[in-house]
Amino acid sequence: MSELTVSVSPHLRGPRTTQKIMLDVLIALCPALVASVVIFGWRSLLLTGVSAAMCVACEYIWEKLMRQPVTVTDLSAVVTGVLLAFNVPYTMPVWELLVGDLVAIICVKMLFGGIGCNFVNPALVGRVVMFFSFTADMTNFPAPAGTVDALTSATPLALIRAGSIGWSELPQLLLGVHGGVLGETCAIALILGGAYLCVRRVIKPIIPLAYLGSCLLFMWIFGSPQPVLAVFSGGLLLGAIFMATDYVTTPTTNLGKLVFGLGCGLLTAMMRCFASSAGAVTFSILLMNLVVPYINDLTAPKPFGGVEAK
Amino acid sequence: MNLPKLHGVHVPHRKNTADKKAVRMPAPASVTIPMSMHIGAPADPVVKVGDTVKVGQLIARAGGFVSSPVYASVSGKVKRIEDMLMSSGRFMKAVTIESDGQQAVLEGIAPPQVTDFQSFVNAVRDSGVVGLGGAGFPTAVKLSVKDLNQIEAVIINGAECEPYVTSDTRTMLDDVEWIAEGIALLQKYLKAKRVVIGIEANKPQCVKAMKDMAGSMKGVEVMALPALYPQGGEKVLIYHTTGRVVPEGKLPIDAGAVVINCTTLAAIAKYIKTGMPLVEKVVTVDGSAVREPKNVIAPIGASMQSLFDFCGGFKSEPKKVLYGGPMMGIAVPNTDFPVMKNTNAILALDEKDAVLPEPTACIRCGSCVDACPLRLMPAAIEAAYNKRNVDRLRELHANLCMECGCCAFVCPAKRMLVQTNKLAKGLIAADNAAKKAEADRKAREAAEKAGKEAAVK
Repeated sequence: MSELTVSVSPHLRGPRTTQKIMLDVLIALCPALVASVVIFGWRSLLLTGVSAAMCVACEYIWEKLMRQPVTVTDLSAVVTGVLLAFNVPYTMPVWELLVGDLVAIICVKMLFGGIGCNFVNPALVGRVVMFFSFTADMTNFPAPAGTVDALTSATPLALIRAGSIGWSELPQLLLGVHGGVLGETCAIALILGGAYLCVRRVIKPIIPLAYLGSCLLFMWIFGSPQPVLAVFSGGLLLGAIFMATDYVTTPTTNLGKLVFGLGCGLLTAMMRCFASSAGAVTFSILLMNLVVPYINDLTAPKPFGGVEAK
Repeated sequence: MNLPKLHGVHVPHRKNTADKKAVRMPAPASVTIPMSMHIGAPADPVVKVGDTVKVGQLIARAGGFVSSPVYASVSGKVKRIEDMLMSSGRFMKAVTIESDGQQAVLEGIAPPQVTDFQSFVNAVRDSGVVGLGGAGFPTAVKLSVKDLNQIEAVIINGAECEPYVTSDTRTMLDDVEWIAEGIALLQKYLKAKRVVIGIEANKPQCVKAMKDMAGSMKGVEVMALPALYPQGGEKVLIYHTTGRVVPEGKLPIDAGAVVINCTTLAAIAKYIKTGMPLVEKVVTVDGSAVREPKNVIAPIGASMQSLFDFCGGFKSEPKKVLYGGPMMGIAVPNTDFPVMKNTNAILALDEKDAVLPEPTACIRCGSCVDACPLRLMPAAIEAAYNKRNVDRLRELHANLCMECGCCAFVCPAKRMLVQTNKLAKGLIAADNAAKKAEADRKAREAAEKAGKEAAVK
């Protein structure tokens, strides 16, 4: 008889792999991508593809240079690339987007040890860097293809602040036919993606619901003119569903996830109501990312039958 | 009971042999019976090389309180008594008996005299029965309860939550009268007021058989438990049947519970009614490499290979062979290993099932935390172990881990969380030993110093 494998139990493993999880995230991002192509045009696809390719290339080259095992097949770099592209306007020059990709993958992910080791969301840091480096290009929101009126070119958040938007605009917000970055405008597509992730049990709905719920509540408390519409505007849905649910940079326990979501909601509401609304979601999630180790410690489950040492 | 349920994982059931009544295999040419098929001190052989033995004859007596006697499973001649390699990697004395093919039963086998609690426990000890579900803890020790009033519930474990394994299923279907007899004994001598039979709901035929039996008995209830691995884990079973929590480092009896596997109970009843000690075992033989999966009644000490041969041999080359189920079973390096008292299944897996997945980086998804029935944090334990941080491992209660494998099963990064937890336990044990040695040394030095000072005075 040939040699038998001897290993520690369990000898049976579940079907889920990191790659399958990331593939599910990519599938969940597809509706928003399709919406973006429909709303803005084919360049959405180009930006998304280039960004994803750049992220994969950065990770691959870094790992080759550092003589580390190549991990690009886990698809996490693709997810980062797509999310970064979703955070830029339709007219963003490609090279500027590539800078964001480089920062996200090299500075935030690989320098800290690669997948699982970054302490903040790479895509969000990439976005912040682009936002401060290329502010004009990052805030130049063209009108959706085939529309001309002022409502569609301005971002809804700006309109809400100006008080010139009402309930009648809700369908337009849900469909996403208005100004904004690539992936954030179509609320329906984002919610569809989120629902897919929940059904596939890739994420639990705790963080998105806590985030959106608390943001709504605090905006109402802080006297925002249209808190409900605000939930469907700006990057809140994209952030709550796809950024605030990144495994690596969010708490592991259910209670921790709840705390994290509530914290994100409070910060976003505060920034949107009392500061510049631009980047509120990004900075809220990044700030909460930083306190995740503390949240994890404070919300650790109590072991079953555990007895504390005296 | 509306307590929140403990977590677990949905494992594939693969109970391919559930409908297959156990068939007795012919006595193999020889059996090799290790002296330690239980937790505790090894048994001491009482036979010599060359002795003739018969089925049911004592070949080794219990080596202490926590130990168990061993009986001949075939008739024939003792050929060798020498050390053999066990699956744990340690060597253990084993008695090899060459079978004469007669399976002659020892004359004068008669039911033991059981009149009260003590004689009942003694009989259980003499039966050679240990935890047959896999744990191998001597049952007599478990039943040696100091104060019978402590027992609130006796739980019969029929959960059989491991994939493939169906030997307990067959006991519940084929040995109903023995289980009933066993329960009657427990009610009589352990004064068990409440007897609960816990069965995973994926075995409706067993639930029905046990309910039919319980219908004619008093104080016996059957609970269908969710088909969520590991329902058969002792702490999980106690909690889901009685709501009681066994504290860390304590025994089930401290939570008012005595847990006995259904096959163990049937074996005790058989001995007390017939006098035939534990010499054979129903073993599920299955796995992707086995040609005809079966439930086999095998003499203890029969080699795995003889069981596989009885099941038509292999249909594809086995790449991994296990004692027990795939979640907690022990992999062995060859098929010469014998069937032991606590062997409930042997599995031979083909190449596809034997592939070891390559571990990748932890993505902190928290699946392991969600899966752990004992609410531990396997990934955090792994991180603490990698830093050799013993204090943190204690803080995380790494020692509570029952190694059920749920964490490693769900891990998308395929990390070897059970293996790491075993190592973490070893690290804690080594640290405890070092601390104790240090304390002993200090105490000794202090004593010596005090002695010298006394001498000076």
